[in-house]
Amino acid sequence: MSGAHGPGAGGTAGRDESADGTAGRDDGADGTGGKGVGPPRDPGLQPERTRLAWRRTALSGTVAAVLGARTALHDGTTPAGLTVCALCCSCWLGLMLLARARTRRLGSSAVPPALAPRAATAAALCTVALAVCAAALVV
Amino acid sequence: MRVVRNVRLWFAPEAVRAEGSTPDYRFSLANERTFLAWLRTALALIGGGFAVDQFLPDLPRPWRAGLALALLAAGVVCALRAVDHWVRCERAMRRGEDLPASRFPAVLSLVIAVVAVTMVVVVLAGWAG
Repeated sequence: MSGAHGPGAGGTAGRDESADGTAGRDDGADGTGGKGVGPPRDPGLQPERTRLAWRRTALSGTVAAVLGARTALHDGTTPAGLTVCALCCSCWLGLMLLARARTRRLGSSAVPPALAPRAATAAALCTVALAVCAAALVV
Repeated sequence: MRVVRNVRLWFAPEAVRAEGSTPDYRFSLANERTFLAWLRTALALIGGGFAVDQFLPDLPRPWRAGLALALLAAGVVCALRAVDHWVRCERAMRRGEDLPASRFPAVLSLVIAVVAVTMVVVVLAGWAG
């Protein structure tokens, strides 16, 4: 289940990567300055790593949703099973759309804006809805 | 309750941005990645719940449902707490305060350990019986 946890970034506990990769160089310390072409590229590749973290999360969501759809359709295609399957698929779709919007945003500028609380809440609620579907299937 | 007060912030970007100053964007991104890592943990727990239900068909039903529901509940708590912690970290960074301490990782580890030990015992008992 946890196959999507890469060793490189985003361990599950704590702020494990708060400032690593950023300490080596202060902004503007490179000779080019980069005044005319926007801020210098972050040597810690933080936007890229955040983008990959969204990708991993989307992958984990896919695995969970596939397991959910499998469980829902396990006992034949009953109306209840189809409903739960559709709910799982919409949760998955929600996560995908959130991940897509955020990865695009992260790639659009050198200094990306912070994540909006609504997006974070929506992603968590998709996860919770998936769990509720699972509970409905188990009981 | 603190969580209930924070729920208001979950939906209100302007309330979070109203106070303090914007931190270095790299810190915000690190906070976001930590949030995503917790969300993956929650998704993995939920996947584990599905897996217990699907791939242990020989287990007596009460055990199977109990283990699956324990994993699913852990997933739900983990996801909700991920948002809560993210909002609180974001606010603490804006205000220049210390990041919030948390005993949630310890609690979650204990819950997972209990579920894992139960699963081992149940599977072994299934073999013996």
